[in-house]
Amino acid sequence: MQDELGDALKGHSADYIEIRLEESQATRIVYRGERLEEIGKTSSLGGNVRALVKGGWGFVSFNDIAKLQDKVELAVKQARLVGKENSKFSPTEPIVDVVTAEAKKEPRTVPLASKKQLLNEYSDIILSTPKIQTSNIGYYDSQRKITFANSAGAYIEQNKLDLSLRLTAIATEDGQVQQIGLSLGSQGDFFTIEGLQGQIREMAQRAVRLLSAPQAKGGEYTVVLDPVLAGVFAHEAFGHLSEADFVYENKRLQDIMVLGRKFSGKHLNIIDGAAVHGLRGSYKYDDEGVPGTKTYLIREGILENRLHSRETAAKMGEKPTGNARALNYRFPPIVRMTNTFIEPGSVSFEDMLSDIKEGIYVKDWYGGTTSLEMFTFSAAEAYTIHNGKLAELLRPVVLSGNVFTTLSNIDAIGNDLQMNQGGGCGKGGQSPLPVSNGSPHIRIRRCIVGGN
Amino acid sequence: MEEILSQARKIATQAEVFQVFSKSTPVHFEADRLKQIQTKESTSTALRLIKNGKIGFAQANGSIKPETLVNMATETCQFGAPAKFDFPGSKVYPQIDIFDAQIDEVTIDNMVELGEQLIAAIKQHTPDIMCEASVTKGNASVRIINSEGAKVSYNKSFFDLSLGGVLIQDDDMLFVGESQSSCHPILDFKTVAEEVTRQLELARNNVSISTRPMPVIFTPRGVASALIAPLVTAFNGKVVLDGASPLKNKQGKQVFDEKFSLWDDATLPYQIASCPCDDEGVPSQQTPLVDHGVVSHFLYDLQTAALANTQSTGNGNRQGSLPTPCPSSLIIEEGDVSFWDMVKDIKEGLIIDQLMGAEQGNILNGDFSGNVLLGYKVEGGKITGRVKDTMVSGNVYQLLRQLEAIGRETRWVGGLLRTPCLYCSSLSVATKAG
Repeated sequence: MQDELGDALKGHSADYIEIRLEESQATRIVYRGERLEEIGKTSSLGGNVRALVKGGWGFVSFNDIAKLQDKVELAVKQARLVGKENSKFSPTEPIVDVVTAEAKKEPRTVPLASKKQLLNEYSDIILSTPKIQTSNIGYYDSQRKITFANSAGAYIEQNKLDLSLRLTAIATEDGQVQQIGLSLGSQGDFFTIEGLQGQIREMAQRAVRLLSAPQAKGGEYTVVLDPVLAGVFAHEAFGHLSEADFVYENKRLQDIMVLGRKFSGKHLNIIDGAAVHGLRGSYKYDDEGVPGTKTYLIREGILENRLHSRETAAKMGEKPTGNARALNYRFPPIVRMTNTFIEPGSVSFEDMLSDIKEGIYVKDWYGGTTSLEMFTFSAAEAYTIHNGKLAELLRPVVLSGNVFTTLSNIDAIGNDLQMNQGGGCGKGGQSPLPVSNGSPHIRIRRCIVGGN
Repeated sequence: MEEILSQARKIATQAEVFQVFSKSTPVHFEADRLKQIQTKESTSTALRLIKNGKIGFAQANGSIKPETLVNMATETCQFGAPAKFDFPGSKVYPQIDIFDAQIDEVTIDNMVELGEQLIAAIKQHTPDIMCEASVTKGNASVRIINSEGAKVSYNKSFFDLSLGGVLIQDDDMLFVGESQSSCHPILDFKTVAEEVTRQLELARNNVSISTRPMPVIFTPRGVASALIAPLVTAFNGKVVLDGASPLKNKQGKQVFDEKFSLWDDATLPYQIASCPCDDEGVPSQQTPLVDHGVVSHFLYDLQTAALANTQSTGNGNRQGSLPTPCPSSLIIEEGDVSFWDMVKDIKEGLIIDQLMGAEQGNILNGDFSGNVLLGYKVEGGKITGRVKDTMVSGNVYQLLRQLEAIGRETRWVGGLLRTPCLYCSSLSVATKAG
């Protein structure tokens, strides 16, 4: 294969060309209530070519991997139509490597019958809970082999495994519907989704309790975020803003996101990195052949780095961070997060609550999105905080705010870091990309909570 | 395809092969400039089997040996869901125009020029704005054959023009945007440009708004971003069958305002969601969902319809997996009040043009809650400016039970929804104090 790709890359006049081929197998199992909805297998073979000429890009994706030479030619031709300036693209060492995937219990070694049996058991636990109307369960596993070669001589084969499980318990009573979900994932280790019986039973019971919970009164509160939701906050509110493709062509945004700017107190450190091992966003090389790194986005409250592709790094005069990722062969790589987390501090959860007279404790992830300056994220569960203690269970709430003010309003960071591996990130039509988020408990002053 | 079907028939009671070939050419502009030209080709082949009364499914993207695909589907069959339906035989399909050969005549140069003109028009209005745009043309050919004699194929062309702009002043960011889709080529940038400049005009200055319940007008984009997701879920036949839809026992009952009518339509000519049949060969139709406030139908595919003892509405849609009920074009019927008459009626209120994060709430219950990404304040019957740092939350069923008025002009949003403005008397608004 190395020779074949090498030949296809030869003899074109472009500043840079890369070819990516991908072979994958995936299994999907979906339950709705007690009904097994779907069990299916997908096999894919496809690839793409990306070419850079005078700062302009051409991209060609295909399923028919014959005649690669023609596809390279088309990509170069398209790039030539776009390119009108000088190409800026950070040089990196042309790496030659083969990366194998390792997992203690690979999904492909688990018979379909056993996968189904496990999900059956989880489904039964949810559905046997009184007042539970129905449940949704989605299981997905995949194995992929990605072959990458570029015109600078890189040739990298990476084998990847991914696994995710999402369960939702839906409770109804008197026309009211409430739900709670649980998302898990790993780089192909089936153990991570076994033995969840207790956790799932508890989740179903919480969904039922929500039926009788009141809704929060909308307004401004001191809120405490649990590690899951704080991780989403790190990802949504700040992580996306650190993606250099939002910034590199935008002078005004560069002024706002200037390295060295103080965003918060010294207690705040936010990190992203594929080189943090064993998590769902971990990898050895990104989709431009750049090694994954561990990058401090905020160190001691100050903006220190941002996430780069080779192009954004070159244009901003910074170093590539190995964050160019593509969902699959149908898409060009763009700047993405990997494993994003807030570093633990020293405050215990109890101390964090103790001086709050009236506040809200928000837990667990339901979703989140951002438009640079503004973010919203939803908690699946919420509690009132009254005189330093957790009080009443509330219906799920949506939190929203301005990133810049919210970061500076973080006034306590807990000592209990946890990573959540069930997330999938969407950007530029490429979703869901495996990522992980994490944080200890954090406290934010003056946060807007949606409600009545 | 025929080879896959004939091999599958040897081992299965019934079988169906679904194949899509598509080619699209997106031209992307970033930071006001042409950035990337793409060509995307894809082929996928899906096989669905019924064997021993159970459904098996496998899909191949790219080439695959027929026996490999048949084996994959057979493996899943033994654990599959019990099949409650038969594949449809040969049918009479409605004649729906969804292919315009003119698409082939549009050159990449034409598309580049269109994008450049659009960006230039926006920059002429507001020089400091940064624009991203894309111009995409493409076509898809779909074929479905099954063991019961169905043999259907169609070609569809599509074209899309979209623009998103961000205007940054200090730490303040304003997002505007619009898109237009059709099976015809879009040769004129003016419709998109006019909508975006209208947004820029209205958002010229920032104003503050109170924290309290107040009257709200949802623009067509506002309807799409705030209210549609809960309705799509509630009218999904599967959700109804599960008993999780709040509308499950409401068929024939008055649930919405009597001015409110909503239907699903896969038969509109040259709309990107139209087609002669759905992804399992059921002929396309128009399905009333709400008729003057009364819940009339839900959306079904074959399997869900069979489980619910009803007929498929031709809404079986595939996204790399088994068909599932999914709307085609959703249409909300227009009313009789002009947008400006609604505005005139309001002492203090809010116009919601784009709500962010609304779909994250408990949409099964009809709850929505989100940040007003683009919205305007109405004071004394006039639009006074843009509001920021503002959240709204409410419940779709409470809101649509009693509408003050429905707009008399309708507009397409994203090629999938045609709606007028909706005016409601009260919605909870929360804003940052100072």
